[in-house]
Amino acid sequence: MFGDYSLGDLGAIFAMQGFAGLILFSVYVLMALGLAIIFGQMGVINMAHGEFMILGAYMTYLCSTFFQSYLPALFPGYFFLAMVLAFCASGALGMLVELALIRHLYKRPLDTLLATWGLSLILQQAYRSIFGAREVGVELPTWLIGSVQVTESIEIPINGLFVMAVTTLITVGVALLIYRSRFGQQVRAVMANRPMAGAVGIDTEKVDRYTFGLGCGIAGVAGSAFTMIGSTGPTSGQLYIVDTFLIVVFGGAASLLGTIASAFSISQTQSTLEFFLSGSMAKVLTLLAVVGILMLRPQGLFTLKVRR
Amino acid sequence: MADGDHDLNRGLRSPLRRKLLMGLAAAPALSLLPRNAFAAGPATSAVSTTGLAVTDTEVTCGILHSITGTMAISETGAQQAEKLAIAQINEAGGILGRKIKIIQEDGASDWPTFAEKAKKLLVNDKCAAVMGCWTSASRKAVLPVFEQYNGLLYYPTFYEGLEQSKNVFYTGQEATQQILAGLDWVHKEKGGDTFFFVGSDYIWPRTSNKIARKHVENVLKGKVVGEEYFPLGHTQFNSVINKIKLTKPKVIFTDVVGGSNVAFYKQLKASGIDLSKQVLLTISVTEDEIDGIGGDNIAGAYSCMKYFQSIENDNNKKFVADFKKMWGEKTVIGDVTQAAYLGPYLWKMACEKAGSFDVDKVVAASPDLEFKGAPEGYVRIDPNHHLWSKTRVGKAKPDGQFEIVYTSPELIKPDPFPKGYQ
Amino acid sequence: MKNPVQTLTKSVTVNDNPFMKPIEWLSLALLALVLLVVLPSLLDAFRLNLVGKYLTYAFVALGLVICWGYAGILSLGQGCFFGLGGYCMAMYLKLEASSVANTKIQSTPGIPDFMDWNQITELPWFWKPFQSLPLTLILVVAVPVLFAFAISAAMFKRRVGGTYFAIITQAIAAILTILIVGQQGYTGGINGITDLRTLHGWDIRTDSAHTILYFVNGGLLLGCILIAQFVKKSKLGRILVAMRDKEDRVRFSGYSVAGFKVFAFCLAAAFAAIGGAMFTLQVGFMSPSFVGIVPSIEMVIYAAVGGRMSLFGAVWGTLLVNWAKTSFSESFPDLWLFGLGALFIAVVLAFPNGLAGIWREHIEPRLTRRVKGLRAPPPAIVPHGAPAE
Repeated sequence: MFGDYSLGDLGAIFAMQGFAGLILFSVYVLMALGLAIIFGQMGVINMAHGEFMILGAYMTYLCSTFFQSYLPALFPGYFFLAMVLAFCASGALGMLVELALIRHLYKRPLDTLLATWGLSLILQQAYRSIFGAREVGVELPTWLIGSVQVTESIEIPINGLFVMAVTTLITVGVALLIYRSRFGQQVRAVMANRPMAGAVGIDTEKVDRYTFGLGCGIAGVAGSAFTMIGSTGPTSGQLYIVDTFLIVVFGGAASLLGTIASAFSISQTQSTLEFFLSGSMAKVLTLLAVVGILMLRPQGLFTLKVRR
Repeated sequence: MADGDHDLNRGLRSPLRRKLLMGLAAAPALSLLPRNAFAAGPATSAVSTTGLAVTDTEVTCGILHSITGTMAISETGAQQAEKLAIAQINEAGGILGRKIKIIQEDGASDWPTFAEKAKKLLVNDKCAAVMGCWTSASRKAVLPVFEQYNGLLYYPTFYEGLEQSKNVFYTGQEATQQILAGLDWVHKEKGGDTFFFVGSDYIWPRTSNKIARKHVENVLKGKVVGEEYFPLGHTQFNSVINKIKLTKPKVIFTDVVGGSNVAFYKQLKASGIDLSKQVLLTISVTEDEIDGIGGDNIAGAYSCMKYFQSIENDNNKKFVADFKKMWGEKTVIGDVTQAAYLGPYLWKMACEKAGSFDVDKVVAASPDLEFKGAPEGYVRIDPNHHLWSKTRVGKAKPDGQFEIVYTSPELIKPDPFPKGYQ
Repeated sequence: MKNPVQTLTKSVTVNDNPFMKPIEWLSLALLALVLLVVLPSLLDAFRLNLVGKYLTYAFVALGLVICWGYAGILSLGQGCFFGLGGYCMAMYLKLEASSVANTKIQSTPGIPDFMDWNQITELPWFWKPFQSLPLTLILVVAVPVLFAFAISAAMFKRRVGGTYFAIITQAIAAILTILIVGQQGYTGGINGITDLRTLHGWDIRTDSAHTILYFVNGGLLLGCILIAQFVKKSKLGRILVAMRDKEDRVRFSGYSVAGFKVFAFCLAAAFAAIGGAMFTLQVGFMSPSFVGIVPSIEMVIYAAVGGRMSLFGAVWGTLLVNWAKTSFSESFPDLWLFGLGALFIAVVLAFPNGLAGIWREHIEPRLTRRVKGLRAPPPAIVPHGAPAE
């Protein structure tokens, strides 16, 4: 299929394809990071993860309409405020959910699955009642639209670069928070051994609540960022859920590094396959490969050795 | 826009509102008419001999669309248009002196539910006709029911063709009607000789692209440089966009649907492909879809449909005004909405020509019926139950409307089983 | 009552002797009475056909009781097996409906219409077996069971369990849906396999056929309940429960844990497949919308509402949820999704044993007391209250 193209063309395409893979990688990391905390660290199967993302997307939509009508001068910068708001809204809802629902279910992980599925139905219907069944169009500031011309034939989408930057920032932030801060220490202690952590004076309930809120908040930021590349509608969240869970499981649930590695391998596989095969088959083959590897190596790519 | 939808949906779903719509769609208007407006019709025994729900003053018509579930977004416009048409018909005296009574059922975006509700409308409610369905899958699910119980279905969506049933009238375009004129136009006006096809992975895009490919290769002597399908709901299109950049087609031809549509155009725009320079012809974007995509993201693309809200003629001006009056100023009207509006009128005219509501007689009276009052202009029913209609090409504008750049000079004959395209 | 599961473990282990307790015979008789006598005499053909459709989901719920309730394996991919069973049946019916005489207008007569549209000129090899009815009936169960075996053997041998298994089965359901939709030349794509008419020459679209199929369906369901009851009462059932509660101890006692789990999963797949085949027969088509994640999870909720440990509960739960869905979604489409969501949460938080739990705690003790009268001392009433900890 490459016979007809010049070397320069091919070079440009491979460069752009490499970037497409990196963008997909950032999208996957951003999607999976919140879940990696919730599922990986806490063992809660949050089927409403997609709906928390869409909450962030709707916050962005509200922000954009607000700025457009009342503060048009500040419109170019609204996206940053929107992301902060998305984090707060999703995080607050997450803590509320933890308080009302999840904390009763820590010993029954499979039941969290059912309860959060119910929660996702309720949230979907709530979005539909509030924002309408149609997808909403989020207006973007002009500086986020378009692409950077690197060479004559290589163009990189700006929103892709933006997603990559956001992903990097959040990943570093989460890593610092979990592995370098006092709060992170407590989180890890509670996850490793709950009674013992309680015995040394850690307020385990509070740690649970903040951890869950943190995971949901990151989902909200992801949703906010995705308004640039995807659709925002009541059921859009469901599009992400299978991919997200597979990434986290494939990475080995308890490890952030694993999540990143698995997002990288899955995104590269998919974007390469998509280039050489047709879209549907690429998706099927990627998922099959992941499921196949998981059957052979159920602990995922990276695992922590923990005593059960 | 969202607020408008919100009110609309709430209004539709409130039981009271629905009940009002059911029987009394045109009650306020009716009260203004002289009382004997409905008394003029012929005797019931003369117009109904097969046990349909026809009384001296009323005839029952079913509406079967998804009010809930993922398809509700798309099907809202169609059922609004049908209700508008029925209200107008009632206002003008009904059919054969009988007011149309609506029974509405929710298909809930679920194909067995469509079949179940279709059966209810035909068996329990004895509807004389049913306006409904949107997706091919729902139509395929109800088709055996309509054939078994000899019902009458008016189906509004443009679709892949390959079907013709005695019991169904297709008021949207079949694939060759919609696509070929658009391809000819883009070939002639934009010098389109190389094409890249991008579609969602299901029957309509695949069949449409098959027809388009045959036309490009055999008639236009052009070349298809790529053909790609993505699962419904897919949101990552960067790889295919790179392929498009690599193959440099003159024309990108798309039939992506649903949430994927939004993602595709956003990413296309972000990747630096400028739709004012790159020709893009789509058969899946109407005014309804632009709402979600955002006018800025798709401005400059060409869409190939039989109807656009911006058509300039008196029928359409009145239709748009009436539609907005009934359903709100912010609603937009797409191709399918207009096609749905034709259904009740075509049924009325066939009944009046046959002098009966009996399905067999209505079906027999339908071929060659002409409807001059259609918003899209003059249409005619072909003996194969599809409509003769014109095809138009519109250029998307940032405000979400289309500027019509081409209208086929003649009505195009519907050909659901096109020879040489299979 | 610390753990919802413990009381039941007790009731299983305490009662060593009979195949079914009197109260269970009573439940069975009640169910049979309602399904085979009361509903057919009360409902018209149309509604009865609807109930018949709901009951096909009950097969899946029944399988889930065994594999989730007893063996502790939650599968989010039961739609796969339901769909595979349904597709197997649909392939046979479609071939019968696509006789050369019926498909004269096609360029290749004698093959299903959707193949003709996709330029397939010859019947693919995997459709060939479905020209024979006996072979089809075998394949309806065999294909899903083999598929289940392939999935579960690999995973249970490597001790994948719990949440991981649930997520992997969910991914498998997603893959299967994309495959079926994508390979439309062979599968009918998103429209599914439609316009099915006759079963071995017998028109399945008539009211009388629907009624007969309803009774066949009801009979098969009762049969499956008895099989499940047999499994539950046998030593196997007790090993399953033991495994769920302390897998390692069972393993240390010398049992092959993986083998038992594979069996439970395959049994559930077989039940689901029978349900799928009966669905196709009664509804008249099969489409990929029953294979995916959403229907699979909905079927789990049927089992959960009925009571994940109760075979009869599974049937009642399925009927109740579907009845509510049909009647509420007609009048209050908005409220319905809120209601369904709340139902999931309520079942998990407040009634982990579902309808069966309510029956067992509130109705059964009173009934037993009434029956036994004064001849025996009243049985200890299980203390109720919030069953969750």
